[in-house]
Amino acid sequence: MAILRLLELAPAQQQAASGFLQTSAWLLVAIPLLSAAFLLLAGKRADGWGHWVGVAAPGLAFVLGLGVTVSLLGGDAATRVRSLHLFSWIPAGSLHLDAGLRLDPLSLTFVLLVTFVGTLIHVYSVAYMDHDPSRRRFFAYLNFFIAAMLLLVLADSYLLLFVGWEGVGLASYLLIGFWNHETPNAVAAKKAFVMNRVGDLGMLVALMVMFASFGAVDFTTVFHGAPGASAGVLTAISLMLLLAACGKSAQFPLQAWLGDAMAGPTPVSALIHAATMVTAGVYLVVRSAPIFEGAPNAQLVVVIVGGITLIFGAIVGLAKDDIKKVLAASTMSQIGYMMLAAGLGPIGYAFAIFHLVTHGFFKAGLFLGAGSVMHGMDDQVDMRRFGALQKFLPITWATFAIAWLAILGIPPFSGFWTKDKIIEAAFVGDGWRPWVFGLVALIGAGLTAFYMSRLFFMTFHGTERWTKDQHPHEAPKLMTVPMIVLAVGSAFVGGLLSIGGAFSTWLEPVTGHHEHAEPVLSVPAITVATLVLVLAGAFFAWRQYVVSTVPVTPPLASVLTRAARHDLYQDEVNEALFMHPGQYLTRSLTYGDRRVLDAGVDGIGRLVAGTGELLRRWQNGYARSYAATMVAGLLILLVVVLAFQS
Amino acid sequence: MTQLSVLLSLPASITSGGNVSSGETALFWVLAPLMVFGALGLLFARKAVHAALGIVLVMISLAFLYTAQEAPFLGVVQVVVYTGAVMMLFLFVLMLVGVDNSDSLVETLKGQRWIGAILGLGIAAALIGVIRTATFDQAKGLTAPNADSNPVGVARVIFGQDIFAFEVVGVLLITAALGALVLTHRQRLVPRVGQKERADARVASGGRLAPLAAPGVYARSNAMDTPALDPEGRPIEESVSRVLRTRGQRRSATEVEAQVGGTSAIEPAQIEPAQIEEGTQP
Amino acid sequence: MNLSNYLVLASILFAIGTATVLLRRNAIIVFMGVELMLNSANLLLVTFARIHGDLQGQVMAFFVMVVAAAEVVVGLAIIVSIFRARRSASVDDVNLLKN
Repeated sequence: MAILRLLELAPAQQQAASGFLQTSAWLLVAIPLLSAAFLLLAGKRADGWGHWVGVAAPGLAFVLGLGVTVSLLGGDAATRVRSLHLFSWIPAGSLHLDAGLRLDPLSLTFVLLVTFVGTLIHVYSVAYMDHDPSRRRFFAYLNFFIAAMLLLVLADSYLLLFVGWEGVGLASYLLIGFWNHETPNAVAAKKAFVMNRVGDLGMLVALMVMFASFGAVDFTTVFHGAPGASAGVLTAISLMLLLAACGKSAQFPLQAWLGDAMAGPTPVSALIHAATMVTAGVYLVVRSAPIFEGAPNAQLVVVIVGGITLIFGAIVGLAKDDIKKVLAASTMSQIGYMMLAAGLGPIGYAFAIFHLVTHGFFKAGLFLGAGSVMHGMDDQVDMRRFGALQKFLPITWATFAIAWLAILGIPPFSGFWTKDKIIEAAFVGDGWRPWVFGLVALIGAGLTAFYMSRLFFMTFHGTERWTKDQHPHEAPKLMTVPMIVLAVGSAFVGGLLSIGGAFSTWLEPVTGHHEHAEPVLSVPAITVATLVLVLAGAFFAWRQYVVSTVPVTPPLASVLTRAARHDLYQDEVNEALFMHPGQYLTRSLTYGDRRVLDAGVDGIGRLVAGTGELLRRWQNGYARSYAATMVAGLLILLVVVLAFQS
Repeated sequence: MTQLSVLLSLPASITSGGNVSSGETALFWVLAPLMVFGALGLLFARKAVHAALGIVLVMISLAFLYTAQEAPFLGVVQVVVYTGAVMMLFLFVLMLVGVDNSDSLVETLKGQRWIGAILGLGIAAALIGVIRTATFDQAKGLTAPNADSNPVGVARVIFGQDIFAFEVVGVLLITAALGALVLTHRQRLVPRVGQKERADARVASGGRLAPLAAPGVYARSNAMDTPALDPEGRPIEESVSRVLRTRGQRRSATEVEAQVGGTSAIEPAQIEPAQIEEGTQP
Repeated sequence: MNLSNYLVLASILFAIGTATVLLRRNAIIVFMGVELMLNSANLLLVTFARIHGDLQGQVMAFFVMVVAAAEVVVGLAIIVSIFRARRSASVDDVNLLKN
């Protein structure tokens, strides 16, 4: 059965890259990387204009990516997987690995998303970071991130992917802690870094298992070998890849870092922690489809992880008052949707990626809107201190509203075309699964509607709850234009790409074709149920946050709300499960160490000290004596080796 | 001269693949003792220059052996780099440090001489033991790789598979050159003192600008031990050699005046011997 | 004549170089001892290149020469600057390692 499905999934025959555009695809990575190096090395003299170099790099990359995409679109669907060999990377014994790029619909979708949204956010940052003395460094890091992310998605082997994977992790660390002169920011950066390391460990183990069982780590060989490998091996690799994906995409149980990552500047949250980097986990799962196809149990785990995170993020989002943390929770929840879809198999891959793209647009728009609000409100992030901002920030309000409707999944905005499909896909199957997963996705949609509406109403409507000396004002053009572009994208991208299933067809060379399957409920019923839930969620939010007044201090609420405010005690759980036992372990080890080992070690130490006192006489400081010792050692070694050899 | 002719005829007579021709055998047995002799010179010569000359002998002989061993390129490089550049650098530094600084052969470290001798012999014994017990394949010779002449073959390897190492070595050389510059650079702590500065200092201190006067020449006395008289008739004590003054062998102007007869304008009190003691020299 | 005679010669030169490093006190002569050791290694490489019929050995010797040249430059610079500071080129006067 599994083999049959794999045959359907057999990727289109891979061809070498041809044409000027495709063979120069390496510039996609090189341009931002060079720009980052330039900005870091140029020094103070580039302070005045360096950020425009930083904006130009992803812009150029976008133009190039568009060219490559068009050149692929020009060919037949069967020829849309191209490989570009760069150089022989690791010729080490039985591991021979070439560094190369893989140009196919999946990677190019990411390239376009990353560079397009990235360029907009770069433009936005020019104004947002205007008063920051180290704006040049900021742009260098952003460019470095773009380069690493493009390397991640374009890599043609897991090892090269891992290079990009670590690169984006580093960029994320540097940018979360960009204002590291304040301790909480530095701590947040460290937390993100450490939790990502846990995931990276999974990636490393997966790499090792792959090498042990397939003798290679490049996509082509591994995917060719996957159908013939045992289910156990595939499950192990899949679960390890999933662990990696969980770390990078802030999925349960490695989700705790994302909320704190909001300590970084808002453009960073928009680009890295909403639109692109955190979706790398979804990319990994979809890219590794041939492996996951052979491990149904691992796929089930993916779906469960996605479902848990989806609900978890939504619940956290319900209660948070920090506007960026609500958006972070929402990101977590939306990536949960994507994971869930990616775990469903070929039926879900295309929609996982599709949702990822639309999510990239509207979530980046939401974050930029939040940044604009913060810009106008003197970096205030507490939503209880907002309210009635509609008339002061009209453009922000309009763009935010479109993105809000998009994330709610109101037709005809983008989110509807993707989230609804995921919910439909979740209802496909037999036995208990479609019911559980479908209902989880459905409830998640309702919760999303409530907390996003809550955020929207608390910020832009209701009564003014500002602190005394705040003068909200609209952001400069450099900030509003990217927001408008993203809002346009949030409104139309989903609908446009859905015409005739254009996006699914485009991805088919990678995700494989799948026959339409009927969900356990009829499609109109699911759509109607979703819409009803969404509208109900929005209505309740309206009643609670517009009709009745919002208290400035958070009221003492139910246990669940309080738990949600504390991120469902995720940090406490982590501390209780890992940190405290770890500390007890180290403490007891220290005790044992002091009482048992140290006594012995001290004895040895004294012995050594005594011997050293004797040996000290050899240490006469004359270089020739030392040389004599070296030669004596050499001679002894030589004699010993010879004696044992013959 | 004989060596030169040997060198010229090498490619024809000695280089013969893996086999050793009788010419090469002869060359080896002539050169090997010479090289050991030169090397021992390094070990035993009292003067550093002699040691350096011994090493030069060894290195030139090595160049011959390289040529004999089908490595004419290395032979030339050996002469140019080692004998021509490295050893000349050594000799320069020897001159700089003091060429007659002969090394005392008295050993200062207790037992070092025995330890060194034993270790040196031990290394020699162990290495020769290894070589004597090892079995080598029949030598293949370099006829095939050297088909397009040896430099071309070597160049193919260097600029082919080893190009990266080659570039790195280039970087290393530049770094070393810069390092040597930095190491031997001396920071100027005081301003440079040239001829002009010296002259200025002399004028400023009010010293004598003209040369010293010659000793006294009188009508009847023409001697090194008599001070000259200045235009006003006063004796110039510095004109008498410092040595004579220290020894107390100078004659004072008064003594001479008695013979010459009152031409001097000096008062007797001015020419007390105490006045012309040590320290009057500018 | 057997080619291993070259190897024996190289070994002898190497041992003499070692002994020089151990026994002489003039830093320059010690340094020449090191050069002698490098040269003997080169002779070994060239001989093995001939035995194996592979030019890689000669290339290796070439690299040894280049690196040795760099080493000489730096080493002599150090000796000169030490001599300037201490008016001595004896390795035994530089027992700062002890303190």
